Amino acid sequence: MPEQFEHMVAAQNVTFSYQETAQPALSDVSLAIQPGEFVAVLGHNGSGKSSLAKLCNALHLPTSGTVTVCGMDTQDEAQLWNIRQHAGMVFQNPDNQLVSTIVEEDVAFGLENLGTPQPEIRPKVDEALRAVSMYEYRASAPHMLSGGQKQRVAIAGVLAMAPRVMILDEATAMLDPSGRREVLATMGRLHKERGITVIWITHSMSEAATAQRVVVLNEGKLALTGTPREVFRQVEQLRALGLDVPPMTEMAHALRQRGLELSDDILTVKEMVEELCRLSSRA
Amino acid sequence: MPIVIQGLTHTYMQGSPFQATAVHEVSLTVGDGEFLGLIGHTGSGKSTLIQHLNGLLKPTAGRVLVDGADVFAKDTDRRAIRRKVGLVFQYPEHQLFEETVAKDIAFGPKNLGLEDNEVDRRVRAACGAVRIDYDSLANRSIYELSGGQMRRVAIAGVLAMEPEVLVLDEPAAGLDPRGRADILYMIQELHAQRAITVIMVSHSMEDVARMVNRIVVMSQGRVVMDGLPAEIFARGEELRGMGLDVPEAVRLADELRAKGFDIPPEACQMEEVRDAILAQIGGAGRC
Amino acid sequence: MLKDITLGQYHPGDSPIHRLDPRSKLLLTIAYITAVFLVQSAAGYLLPLAYLLLVTWLAGIPLRYLLKGIKPLTMILALTFVLNLFFAQGETVWLQWGFLRLTQEGFTTALFFSLRLVFLVMGTSVLTLTTSPVALTDAMERLLSPLRVIRFPAHELAMMMSIALRFIPTLLEETDKIMKAQMARGADFESGNLMRRAKAMVPLLVPLFVGAFQRASDLAMAMEARCYRGGEHRTRMKVLRFSRLDVLAALSMLALVLLIMGEGSLYG
Repeated sequence: MPEQFEHMVAAQNVTFSYQETAQPALSDVSLAIQPGEFVAVLGHNGSGKSSLAKLCNALHLPTSGTVTVCGMDTQDEAQLWNIRQHAGMVFQNPDNQLVSTIVEEDVAFGLENLGTPQPEIRPKVDEALRAVSMYEYRASAPHMLSGGQKQRVAIAGVLAMAPRVMILDEATAMLDPSGRREVLATMGRLHKERGITVIWITHSMSEAATAQRVVVLNEGKLALTGTPREVFRQVEQLRALGLDVPPMTEMAHALRQRGLELSDDILTVKEMVEELCRLSSRA
Repeated sequence: MPIVIQGLTHTYMQGSPFQATAVHEVSLTVGDGEFLGLIGHTGSGKSTLIQHLNGLLKPTAGRVLVDGADVFAKDTDRRAIRRKVGLVFQYPEHQLFEETVAKDIAFGPKNLGLEDNEVDRRVRAACGAVRIDYDSLANRSIYELSGGQMRRVAIAGVLAMEPEVLVLDEPAAGLDPRGRADILYMIQELHAQRAITVIMVSHSMEDVARMVNRIVVMSQGRVVMDGLPAEIFARGEELRGMGLDVPEAVRLADELRAKGFDIPPEACQMEEVRDAILAQIGGAGRC
Repeated sequence: MLKDITLGQYHPGDSPIHRLDPRSKLLLTIAYITAVFLVQSAAGYLLPLAYLLLVTWLAGIPLRYLLKGIKPLTMILALTFVLNLFFAQGETVWLQWGFLRLTQEGFTTALFFSLRLVFLVMGTSVLTLTTSPVALTDAMERLLSPLRVIRFPAHELAMMMSIALRFIPTLLEETDKIMKAQMARGADFESGNLMRRAKAMVPLLVPLFVGAFQRASDLAMAMEARCYRGGEHRTRMKVLRFSRLDVLAALSMLALVLLIMGEGSLYG
């Protein structure tokens, strides 16, 4: 693995098709993700989000173009396990990614696969479980946990392998609101405290709003990119792409259309209240 | 066709060390043509409760009356009850099994022992109701459909029973925004045009606020609130205490009221709050 | 709430028997079954019985748990007994009725066969009652791993077993859900003749299989993403170590075998 690399993950002119004849799932996508970034990837089903996630972990290889992770080309077979260790993935269905019947053994699974010396495994597993606040459940069976807890165990399993970047492929889509909050908060903390790069694939605008940068995919192409505010302010375009708009942004949009001079940057209730107060005191 | 629930209690695995009471002395009446939203934290007993409405689960105590008939009485034909009360489970696309869309939707009507032409009529009608184009999709394999389409076919399979009450457990779970919007719009149309009673379990306060005309909140197996959406969302503190939320429109209305804006208490939808704001601003400054 | 059913019949505890290395327990169970087959006389069965009772007492398992294990076998036991009773070769005829002959030897064989079956089931019950399925899988993998030299897939087998254990509760829950969903569409799983009932299972089995394949494919992808590449290079978090307890258990088993052989030689 190179000591120095510019981008955590970089896709250059990537085209990817599941079958040679089929319409490509991604076409000519270029995207660079910086070390320490928290990037949300949005797009409706079939927009290519999931393909992009799997390209970052060498589960898919580009049909043309290159994908590099920590400077390693995913086509380089010699680096395959290195890439998968450094780019950890968490998937959508909490039931279909835990391997073991005991939580702690599941967290150890990746380390065992890497051939980590036996005495080093236990401390790493315990540390990862503590980091996601699941240490008390280390001896539980996964099927007795809630969806949010299962996803946190899955995160711990990846975390134990000391990844540089974590890709969460709609990891909250099947959870209830409190499960979503748990998982998002956990990743937010890991990003902040450990500087792990996060690629957060989601349908949820409120989740995307917490990211540093938002990337919107449509029909396999990059449609929009920018900070959450820059992207969400394009209300009409988001709707045309089959996406939601955060409720307050939508409210601001509706009020602006009806003649109120509100800022187009509003994301939260608090900001909306401030803006309306400003307006009404000036009036 | 009203549904009356009286003192319903359900205990799983009674007498074993795993015994757990999921529903506790619930009494509830759902009248004709209501659109009821059932909300509550995961594990609050919603899913257990709705499985009693068509006799899939047997209560430990209490009873359920559908159209006056006790669902669990010895002489009640539970299959007749299941025709009247259609239940759509979470992720209903997982129950599809036939080779084609039309055959799968026909499964319910065929089980009712209907004539072929009646089955066919119902399949076409159900397709129409869920906006599945019969001519182009009827003979397709279910595995060729998109996730949202599969979900709609599964709902059509229940609608083809022509139930008078439709119970849906999180009908939009796991879909992308477009799929969600389609399904929810379709359910609203069903309620409006066919005048059927709808009971919808949901985790989305936004959806509930927009769609239903009555909300029942469950917590730890009991019904803790029951009323109009505006009445329920006015109790934001209590809802938060149960791990639930209020829609952002309601939060905005609350905060604006605190700043002296005059927002009517019944406003809990985006449009209502928006209009209240528009009516306000332009007037004298307050903050 | 099917998911609350504990898997297998593991009876958690912290007895000396529970604490034995699962490899020992597996090997000792095999030794025990072999020992039972060495018994030569009806009185000789008192020895393995005494041993079994001692182990059960040490493990703190209620005796009825062992008997529960035999219950489903009543039919097979009766059949074994009757078949051996009438068809085993023998000289001392007790009763003759057409081609059926009841002999003393036949009776002895029938009794022995049934007793062996009972001990076999009770012996393995003690094993599964005191050893979690995970530990058992682990033990099996480690005991079989030397066979990797002859390309025996010890790791793969154990991995398959543990994945099966992991997914049984999930699939049970799914079965329950699909069954109810089809019943909500008027499906009837309970009435009709055998053919009808078999046909009624299609709406249950098809979605169940499709779902299981989807899960399998998801899981394979997740395992690959976590660097799974088979048993080679793999290390393990938990190591199994034999203790003095295991030596003690082995010695007790040796004593049992010697006693049985000694008792048998009285008749030799």
